[in-house]
Amino acid sequence: MPAALELQNVTKQYPGAGGAPAVADLSLRVEPGETCVLVGPSGSGKTTAMRMVNRMVDMTSGDILIDGRSVMRSDPAELRRHIGYVIQNVGLFPHRTALQNIGTVPQLLGWPRERIVARARELADLVGLDPALADRYPGQMSGGQRQRVGVARALAADPPLMLMDEPFGALDPITRDHLQGEFERLKERVSTTIVFVTHDIDEAIRLGDRIAILREGGGLAQYATPGELLLHPADAFVEEFVGADRALKRLALMQVSDCELEPVGAVPAGSAAMRDDTSLRDALAALLSDPDGRLPIVDAEGRPIGVLALETVHAKLRVEAGAPSPG
Amino acid sequence: MMLAQSGVEIRDRSDASCVADNGFCPRWIADNLDRYADPLLQHVYLTLVSVAIGFAVAAALALLAHRRRWLVGPIVNVTGILYTIPSVAAFFLLLPLTGRGNTTAIVALVAYTLLILFRNMIDGLDGVPEESRDAGRGMGLTRRQLLWRVEVPLALPAIMTGLRVAMTTTVGLAALAFFAGAGGLGAEINADLAFKSNVVVASALCLLLAAALDGAILLAQRALTPWSRAA
Amino acid sequence: MSALASILSDFGEALEFIFTERESRAGGSEIGGTQLLGLLADHLALSAVALAIGIAVAVPLGIWLGHTGRGTFLAVGIANVGRAVPSIALIALFFAFLGTGFVNVALALALLAIPPILANAYVGIRLVEPDTVDAARGMGMTGPQIVRRVELPLALPLVVGGIRTSAVNVVATAAIAPLAGVSSLGDPIIAFGVYGESGRLGASIVVAAVAVATEVTFGLAQRLADPLPSTRRTVPA
Repeated sequence: MPAALELQNVTKQYPGAGGAPAVADLSLRVEPGETCVLVGPSGSGKTTAMRMVNRMVDMTSGDILIDGRSVMRSDPAELRRHIGYVIQNVGLFPHRTALQNIGTVPQLLGWPRERIVARARELADLVGLDPALADRYPGQMSGGQRQRVGVARALAADPPLMLMDEPFGALDPITRDHLQGEFERLKERVSTTIVFVTHDIDEAIRLGDRIAILREGGGLAQYATPGELLLHPADAFVEEFVGADRALKRLALMQVSDCELEPVGAVPAGSAAMRDDTSLRDALAALLSDPDGRLPIVDAEGRPIGVLALETVHAKLRVEAGAPSPG
Repeated sequence: MMLAQSGVEIRDRSDASCVADNGFCPRWIADNLDRYADPLLQHVYLTLVSVAIGFAVAAALALLAHRRRWLVGPIVNVTGILYTIPSVAAFFLLLPLTGRGNTTAIVALVAYTLLILFRNMIDGLDGVPEESRDAGRGMGLTRRQLLWRVEVPLALPAIMTGLRVAMTTTVGLAALAFFAGAGGLGAEINADLAFKSNVVVASALCLLLAAALDGAILLAQRALTPWSRAA
Repeated sequence: MSALASILSDFGEALEFIFTERESRAGGSEIGGTQLLGLLADHLALSAVALAIGIAVAVPLGIWLGHTGRGTFLAVGIANVGRAVPSIALIALFFAFLGTGFVNVALALALLAIPPILANAYVGIRLVEPDTVDAARGMGMTGPQIVRRVELPLALPLVVGGIRTSAVNVVATAAIAPLAGVSSLGDPIIAFGVYGESGRLGASIVVAAVAVATEVTFGLAQRLADPLPSTRRTVPA
């Protein structure tokens, strides 16, 4: 069962840090099963905030509740065994094979051997790890493969809550994009609440159900869904952080099927058809390079269902933003 | 001098001219190889016992200093001084306290292993990747579990390297243990320093012993740390 | 109590041997006290010659191997074998095959000094950042210029560290030179019949002290050889 997580006025003050707290009076609630992304520039305390949840860092004041129970009431080691943990450098144990790494927490929890092995294989399969790699050591795997093992390891004991600290940060752009796609699919298949730390706003928008933007000094600038954040940035800081291209980012969150299409028939010859589950951002790119600004749209089976016009996309953005649509 | 006196005793005059000339005599060596068996065994005994005790003491010190970093400096300084004192001097300095025999030899040899073993253990533990430690803690390993399941296994290659250095060094130093009245191959070398056959055989046995022990540790290391070959 | 008393009296007599002369057990010659100064001079001369030969061979060889990147196996192999060769075996082999004499024992000790210096010089040069060497090459330095101006200064602490290890080894091993008929502070240790119990213990104390002094001296030299503290100093405007 996924857990509910609540941070209540959490403050972390490192001794001798010149008075400025790393995290200041942070309050937010993550509903069971949601993915909450903590995002912000370096020095915004996002990693510190995450590490206080499993008490890798102890808070100075405030409280953190998991399903209503304060983390301060649990023994740290015991607490951590029930919270998945993935870090940027993965931190796989170099002296243990992929399967042994995945089985770490079940072993700590005293599961019988056969159950550990079965569970480890199941997870290796879930994260798409090539079975041939099961008995390899981390030194024999690529960065992407290691990160898959890292995610599988964090999921091994079916934790109600999972913490991920820039898990894809050290990967090359292509591998990162690939693993982000798999992560989206993985989220559907495992029911766990996730706290995900990144400095990459695009990653946050892509993976988060809710995004908490932290500003330098560890204060919460805005906590909202990706769409809300792009549409109504709370202040100049958030606006700058999400970027001047936030209209494009919003389009990335929408699909062709969200738009009203013109009837079939007006299809100019020679234009390649596009499926209706394409993101509006990709559709816009195609429209911009089309001489007429019009694209034939097909459904998943390839049947023509309409035509998307450049003006329609523009109008869609304006409607979403609350402006009166022209005409 | 004493070498002149003892020289006569070990000669067996069957291969007269070669042996009388202090030469390198394969036949004498073949006939007399068995006289080196007991000294060799004594040499093995001194080496293994000393390294084993040294390993235990160094491990205890390393575990102590791993959590209390301020101890590293003083321990390195003290074991460093022990390491600096020449073994010949150490044997005689110990004589009034422990008397002639194995005890004196072993105490001195143990003292020499400490610096090498301790430093490699601490270096090995320090070399454990921070992210492995962080991940281990984050998954709920207790301090003790982190030490024995993550830190010590990952420090093994460095620890074993230290063990190899300590072992070969001790084989070499044990050749001086006869000064403490503890025999060994050094006693045979000293028994007839001018006789080429004797010196070559005893020296070669020392080298072979060092190579054999070194190879044994290397094999053990391969078996214990399969991941380090993989990387 | 009596055990402790006997230990104390043993060391007391040894100290007395170090500071005051007396007639030898067999009679005739004076031993102890100032007589040890002569042995100390012999000991240091033998050690210095051996160390100098060792440095002259091992430093250039180690630098060359390190600079060219050739001979990893050679440098590491020599260091490993060197550790396992008992010092007494080396002295005995030289004595048995070449005979007695200052030069022969000095050569044996030099052979003992080579492996640590060679290995340290080699490793020291290899440990210089490849980027640093690359930058030097990029600025147009020739091979010898790179060695002299970049690699050697950066490797110097390790080179001196190797010399320090060897110096202590040589000083310690020179104590058994009398086995091969060459005079050193080891005389009272080897010639028990002449010097007796107090002479042997006294000489052991002196040998230990000389070794520790060597270690301390070369330790200071190693600190002075580190180029980094001076570069960290602010350059006067």
